[in-house]
Amino acid sequence: MWVVKNRNWIVGIIGALMLVTLVLTFSWKPNLSIEFTGGTVITGEYASSSPSVTAIQESLESLELGTVRLQPLGEKGLVMRSRDLSQDEHAKVVALLSDGTNEFKETSLSTVGPSVGKELRQKAVLSVLLVLILIILFVAYAFRSVSNVVSSWKYGIVVVITLVHDIFVPTGVFVILSHYLIGYEIDTLFVTALLAILGYSVADTIVVFDRIRENLKNSPEIKPPGTEGLISESFADLVGRSLRETYVRSTNTSLTTVLASLAIFFFGGEATKHFALMLAVGITAGTYSSILLASPLLVLISGKSPKLKFEAQNKP
Amino acid sequence: MYMYICQVEGTRNLLYYGWVMKSRVYVVLILLAGMLLGYFTYSAQSAGSRWNFKLGLDLRGGTQLVYNADTSRLAGGDVDDAMSALRDVIERRVNLFGITEPTVQTETANIGVEGSQRRLIVELPGVSAIDEAVALIGQTPTLEFKTERLTEERDVILKKIEEIKKKQESGTDTSKDIETLKDPYYIDSQLTGRFLKTARVEFNSQTSEPYVSLEFNDEGANLFAKITRDNVGKNVAIYLDGQPISQPRVNEEITGGKAQISGGFTPQEAKLLAGRLNSGALPIPIALVASSKVGATLGEGAFERGTTAALYGYLAVIIFLIAWYRVPGLIAALSLAIYAVIVLALFKLLSVTLTAAGIAGFILSLGMAVDANVLIFERMKEEKKRGKQISVAIGEGFSRAWTSIRDSNISSLITAIILFWFGTSLVQGFALVWMIGIATSLFASLVITKMLMRAVYVGS
Repeated sequence: MWVVKNRNWIVGIIGALMLVTLVLTFSWKPNLSIEFTGGTVITGEYASSSPSVTAIQESLESLELGTVRLQPLGEKGLVMRSRDLSQDEHAKVVALLSDGTNEFKETSLSTVGPSVGKELRQKAVLSVLLVLILIILFVAYAFRSVSNVVSSWKYGIVVVITLVHDIFVPTGVFVILSHYLIGYEIDTLFVTALLAILGYSVADTIVVFDRIRENLKNSPEIKPPGTEGLISESFADLVGRSLRETYVRSTNTSLTTVLASLAIFFFGGEATKHFALMLAVGITAGTYSSILLASPLLVLISGKSPKLKFEAQNKP
Repeated sequence: MYMYICQVEGTRNLLYYGWVMKSRVYVVLILLAGMLLGYFTYSAQSAGSRWNFKLGLDLRGGTQLVYNADTSRLAGGDVDDAMSALRDVIERRVNLFGITEPTVQTETANIGVEGSQRRLIVELPGVSAIDEAVALIGQTPTLEFKTERLTEERDVILKKIEEIKKKQESGTDTSKDIETLKDPYYIDSQLTGRFLKTARVEFNSQTSEPYVSLEFNDEGANLFAKITRDNVGKNVAIYLDGQPISQPRVNEEITGGKAQISGGFTPQEAKLLAGRLNSGALPIPIALVASSKVGATLGEGAFERGTTAALYGYLAVIIFLIAWYRVPGLIAALSLAIYAVIVLALFKLLSVTLTAAGIAGFILSLGMAVDANVLIFERMKEEKKRGKQISVAIGEGFSRAWTSIRDSNISSLITAIILFWFGTSLVQGFALVWMIGIATSLFASLVITKMLMRAVYVGS
């Protein structure tokens, strides 16, 4: 299989792309939603078209709210983000937002205290780490039966590297979108999408690895040395064969889920549009990574092929 | 020997055809059950039905308030009791809103805070006046009974007030003087709302004016008897939240521990006051840390759009399956429809709160639920290529695909559980839908698809 043969190239390119994502994320710093930072978001509509952002900024200056981010929403709508406001301040803001006869009607309001934001931020990081650790443990356990060829821990580690890639890609896309478009914020739904991608994408990789597990069990490789009729197949070849046998189903399972997430993106509610996009991108990344990244990586970190070991033992 | 083998083959065939017949009966039963369940899900969706989908705050609009409870002054064992007492009090206060299905939940936060932080989450569907809600929930009504001050003392205080007024007029700072001022007419007694047993709204039989009747506990009754005994012929003032609301004259000692507040209330006001008095004081202090309000118009249409998206999602998935796998694809489409019906019925029966994320989770699960079918069909194809009979290939397809189906579902389940733990209520909706989806999809693909496959392929 060409994927396994060109493993160094492929892993190198994917690694470079991940590095770019990392650099972009840290240099462009996408906005965090108030769920993570604490603050107040007021959404509302003007009776007629909304006044200019600078005019609203000026009228709010007297309240000394610090940085206030204003974002028009359509012709009449407005979203205002600021530090968390007290009930008093909130009432004053809403009064000031109304521009004479052009009344501002608040449709939604959300206030999060700084302590809650900090807590959720730590919880988000912790849950991503927890999912990764539990998946390493689970995969290492599930593949223990073929541990004599390649340590089952290595399967776990490869799965997790692949998963990290799978959440890097949608994060990168999100960072780029948030850099050029307004309205993209890292919120709890974003973290939910990442976790859902982690939990789902692992299935693809498991389909391929399951075949490797099965082929290893039926392979003459694990029979004791000196057994007659020993067909020599290196670990790399076995992985290539397993991949060839399973890449269609690994792709098809994801394709149906990508179709479903596209349905949410195009036809679903406004609130879950970004969420659906992240899922579609992440699951697509998960599909090609299980073919292009997981298997080559497994061969790379398997070290010396077990076949070579047999040859060494068979030689007098 | 040969005959014996034939006999065994014969019995196997018989058993086998018996099995096929049985599986066809099962298929008919499953399809019927699916249709019934589908009919239930569809027809139970009407105004006022108890089986309606329960929509989250983000979809139907409302207010959510999150409070930190201050448990620092309590011993470890008392915290749980205090929290459940707190929830009860808040629940009673929330019920005064007279809205349907308010929820009050307690929660413990361990991450990102020192030690552990107890929280109270209040959800008020349909309430948009957030400030009013905060006021009603956070405010402890203080009921106080006060007795008349001696006339000499009263005159001293009144004189002082006059002096301060004069000072104010001349422009001197009087804030310190005002602090030392006392109520000229009344002094505190020991009797407060703490001794209250119940408060009720009643109506005066002659004027049909509403009043609130109070009943004290034993200790309160004694205090009340003492106050009335000492103050016959004088006024007793009843203060609510620091404001005098009624100053009845005492005619004689009252021993039964019952009192009335009649302050020219409307029936509505009287009801609210009685409710507030009954709800009592908070056992521990709380502080508002997060609040959100969603206008009903924002959530409007999200449910309908979700339905449309689910329909298109379903169509996209089954068109792909049928195009790629033909007859098995058609079977998977049927099995997926039954899956959807079961999941939707479970949402109703378990009254799962559907949020925007939860609806997205359901649509996503339509794509995930067929994964096991895809794995099984691919395996079947493979076994058939190796020259196995279709009936054998079906069996092998199911049994050999099982390990990868099992492992991938377990990893999804691990993630869903962590997601539920991470979640705000929005995210928990998604996680819960995912978990229900995983369990149901295993049933749909391993039982229903298998039955359908047997019925269609075997014995034909």
